[in-house]
Amino acid sequence: MLIELLKPLNRKLVRDLWAIKGQGLAIAIVIGCGVGMYLMSRGMLLSLSETRAAYYERYRFADVVAPVKRAPNALLDEITALPGVRRAETRIRAGVILDVEGSSAPITGEIQSLPEVPTPHINDIVLRRGRYVDPQHEEEVLALDAFAEAHGLGPGDHLHAILNGTRKRLTITGIVLSPEYIYAISPGEIVPDKKRFGVLWMNREALANAFDLDGAFNEAVLLTSAGSNEDALIDQLDTLLKRYGATGAYGRDQQISDQFLTNEIDQLETIGRILPPIFLLVATFLLNVVVGRLIDTEREQIGLLKAFGYTDRDVAIHYLKMIGVIVLLGILVGIVLGTWLGRGLANMYQDFFKFPFLLFRAPLQVYLVAVGVSLLVAVAGTFSSVRRVMQLEPAVAMVPPPPPDYSRSARWIERLSAWIDQPTRMILRHIYRWPRRAAMAVLGIGMSMGLLIGASFSMDAMMYMVDISFNVIDRQDVTVNFFDPRNDRAIYDVMHAPGVITAEPFRAIPVVLRNGPRMRRESIVGILPDAQLSRVVDTELKPVEVPPAGIVLSDKLAELLQIGPGELLRVEVRTGRRPELDVPVSGVVKTYMGTAAYMDLAHLNRLLGEDTSINGTYLLVDPLQTDALYRELKNTPLVAGVSLQEQAQNAFYETLQDSLGTFVFFNTLFAGLIAVGVVYNNARISLSERGRELASLRVLGLTRGEISYILLGELGLLTIIALPLGALLGYLLAATLVMSFDTELFRIPLVIGPSTYGYAALVVLLAALGSGLLVRRRIDRLDLIAVLKTRE
Amino acid sequence: MESTATDSEAIAFRAEKLTKTYGSGEATVHALRGVDLEVPSGEMVVLLGPSGSGKSTLLNILGGLDSPTSGRVFFGRRELTAFDDRHLTLFRREHVGFVFQFYNLIPSLTARENVALVTEISKNPMRPEEALRLVGLEQRMEHFPAQLSGGEQQRVAIARAIAKQPNVLFCDEPTGALDSKTGIVVLEAIARANRELDTTTMIITHNAGIADMADRVLYMADGRIQRSERHPEPCAPDQLSW
Repeated sequence: MLIELLKPLNRKLVRDLWAIKGQGLAIAIVIGCGVGMYLMSRGMLLSLSETRAAYYERYRFADVVAPVKRAPNALLDEITALPGVRRAETRIRAGVILDVEGSSAPITGEIQSLPEVPTPHINDIVLRRGRYVDPQHEEEVLALDAFAEAHGLGPGDHLHAILNGTRKRLTITGIVLSPEYIYAISPGEIVPDKKRFGVLWMNREALANAFDLDGAFNEAVLLTSAGSNEDALIDQLDTLLKRYGATGAYGRDQQISDQFLTNEIDQLETIGRILPPIFLLVATFLLNVVVGRLIDTEREQIGLLKAFGYTDRDVAIHYLKMIGVIVLLGILVGIVLGTWLGRGLANMYQDFFKFPFLLFRAPLQVYLVAVGVSLLVAVAGTFSSVRRVMQLEPAVAMVPPPPPDYSRSARWIERLSAWIDQPTRMILRHIYRWPRRAAMAVLGIGMSMGLLIGASFSMDAMMYMVDISFNVIDRQDVTVNFFDPRNDRAIYDVMHAPGVITAEPFRAIPVVLRNGPRMRRESIVGILPDAQLSRVVDTELKPVEVPPAGIVLSDKLAELLQIGPGELLRVEVRTGRRPELDVPVSGVVKTYMGTAAYMDLAHLNRLLGEDTSINGTYLLVDPLQTDALYRELKNTPLVAGVSLQEQAQNAFYETLQDSLGTFVFFNTLFAGLIAVGVVYNNARISLSERGRELASLRVLGLTRGEISYILLGELGLLTIIALPLGALLGYLLAATLVMSFDTELFRIPLVIGPSTYGYAALVVLLAALGSGLLVRRRIDRLDLIAVLKTRE
Repeated sequence: MESTATDSEAIAFRAEKLTKTYGSGEATVHALRGVDLEVPSGEMVVLLGPSGSGKSTLLNILGGLDSPTSGRVFFGRRELTAFDDRHLTLFRREHVGFVFQFYNLIPSLTARENVALVTEISKNPMRPEEALRLVGLEQRMEHFPAQLSGGEQQRVAIARAIAKQPNVLFCDEPTGALDSKTGIVVLEAIARANRELDTTTMIITHNAGIADMADRVLYMADGRIQRSERHPEPCAPDQLSW
């Protein structure tokens, strides 16, 4: 045997480790979860950021986009000449309604121009399958991969599009990816919906013909040179393009796909920053409890070793090695787990975001940090125990400790005493005698439950957010956007479409909002003051009327602009006559998504100096007649886009399941493992401390069930005490996470469903039950004879 | 090989050809090599012998804590060696009292509660107070083990063992951890239980001085009973000295 080659102390180490293998493994798993969690989230964060950077770099993702109504191609030279511009190009990009066989609902889409031959250009495409379009064939298009995949479309397939009011049959020749549509999301929506949002690329000349943009463009895309001032460039672009109907140039921070991607990366960053330290804290804590109690049970052996002449250092090193092996095992578990989960997550992300490439690769320093932190955790968790080992006097250690003194028991336990049996009394006195130990156990179990809640509540919160957004705020079934502002009579056209029950008009205009140095590019939505479909609600979620004057801001927008009710907001309109106005803020309202600004529709039109005009309507429709309505909308020339609430909601839930669901599942797995680790260790160490007592009771004639009650009853009691604490810790953790998830796109409300509490409690209780059963098996095997012959 | 029941008294225990081996192959240890024994009800037996002679193994088997490799044990008319774990537990619970060298009290229970622990699960117990009075601890009933001396702790253990009014009382080195003066107080408590409750009592000891208080002394060596010695007039414990 290999073990024979070791020095005696190391042999003891090997055998001791084997004897505590269950506990050691449980601790290693907790450490492993912390390390794995860190590796997974940190590695994923870096992989995702690097992939994005490489993708953007390689395919020249635009730094600045400047949309206009119509500008001559010749303007490109002037744009290129602006300071800070590295490269500029023009293109045509327009909204389309797509009609794909097998889909009755109209699909909102975008169509973009392509250079005549494939040349490297800004916002370049990645051709996945098929071929580039042939300029000789005007009907040929390239289609976005996610959309094509969702509809089972490939090269050679056909679809219809309404281009500037004209229905056209198009042929797909190739399937592409684009850095512009990593997160393929329709403007105004909140989640990508592969089925309901399509992007096509078409030969420029053909597209120019369709949209009357011969020799002209409607969007400039730019790459900036390093170190240039983007804000200054945007201002100059806005000035230059003003007379061409510019709605306002914007940088990557306002590009919708990048915005969402950034949001996703930020969330990963947050999770990676908050959760692993908590996991490692639990591990530290667990090490502290377990090693401390383990060393207490080895007290005599320590005395003996010292009496034989082993130095304090020798003995301390002996125990450090024991801890070291467990921690190293934990690190190993964490590396394997983290890398494995990271790869799984990377696959999920690649599928979700449609990156041309995405490799999970955590750099060496991430691993080094994980290892270093774990070692720190080990030191922090075991420092006091090891110091106790060093300080123990051999003579003291070898004398059996006197029986612990239970005489100072709590009065209330004694008052209860008349009512309870001896085993229950043993449980209560044991807890009272070692309150710190009991508190630690409760805290440990509570922390694992808190982690479970913190890891899984986000689902509840998102569901709540969606419910409020779709069923309280935006209650319309369909939103129809028009190409251009129309007279409000247009609403009657739509009203006559089949299945429409009511319609409410709206007008959305692009604006720049300024409050002192703070500036935001937004849309102001003008709605009816007593709107019933798309409503404005206050912080208590009660609908409020939009005041006849002034502007109502969402709470997040008010926060970003640092403005409150009564103050004046500078509104620079970027459409029509482009007035610049000072509008008082008349209210701040609750929104969970986006940064909306509302005005009374009539008031908005007055400010714009226009007659009543609208550029879309919200519809409430008869669900039985949707197909007929969709057919009508697809063939209505004035309709530029249609968004369907139900589909959006479903898409949201699906996305949630796919992305967040996976993440939550992993986190829950980790937290569940920790719960098992904590509970099992508590039960196991209690058994080794009290084995002798329990064996004595068996000898006296108590059954296995009766002595199990003493040990497991205590564990059960502590677990039950830990549940409310766990709920509280979970709430606090969720509150912390919610605060850091507060972004322009989403505010996740602090909502934890009863089922999440119940689920976390259930996992903890199951962990307790499983640990109890494992320990019960050991109780059954207690050696009754050995205990009689040895002293404590 | 001694097995003498002198008269027609009821037999508490009968052991036939008990052997017990541990391990296998070259490492086999023969703890018992064929023990035959009859113990009449109410008798006080002292088992003497060097360590490793098999006294504890024999006591453990008779007390239902261990099972022999071969041979049979009868408790009254019932065959213990045929009992499963559950019945052995019941047997211990109803009929057997144990006293150990290291007391094995529950530190979280007071003297009275340690006794009550057993009386709560027995069929015909005496009151814990009474058991403690029998061992002379009526003044210390509300004390926890940590507040009692070694001798007092051992007397609580005896009270705990006799409170259920067991048929048999097994004491494994009951004075092993005590000085002689305290030891005698403890032995007096055991003798009194034997006398007043008519409890069959078996005491294991290294200490030949204790043997004088027994009705019968069994000398064990090498897994066998080598010799048996009867005392028609056993000494009272306070006459003992060692």
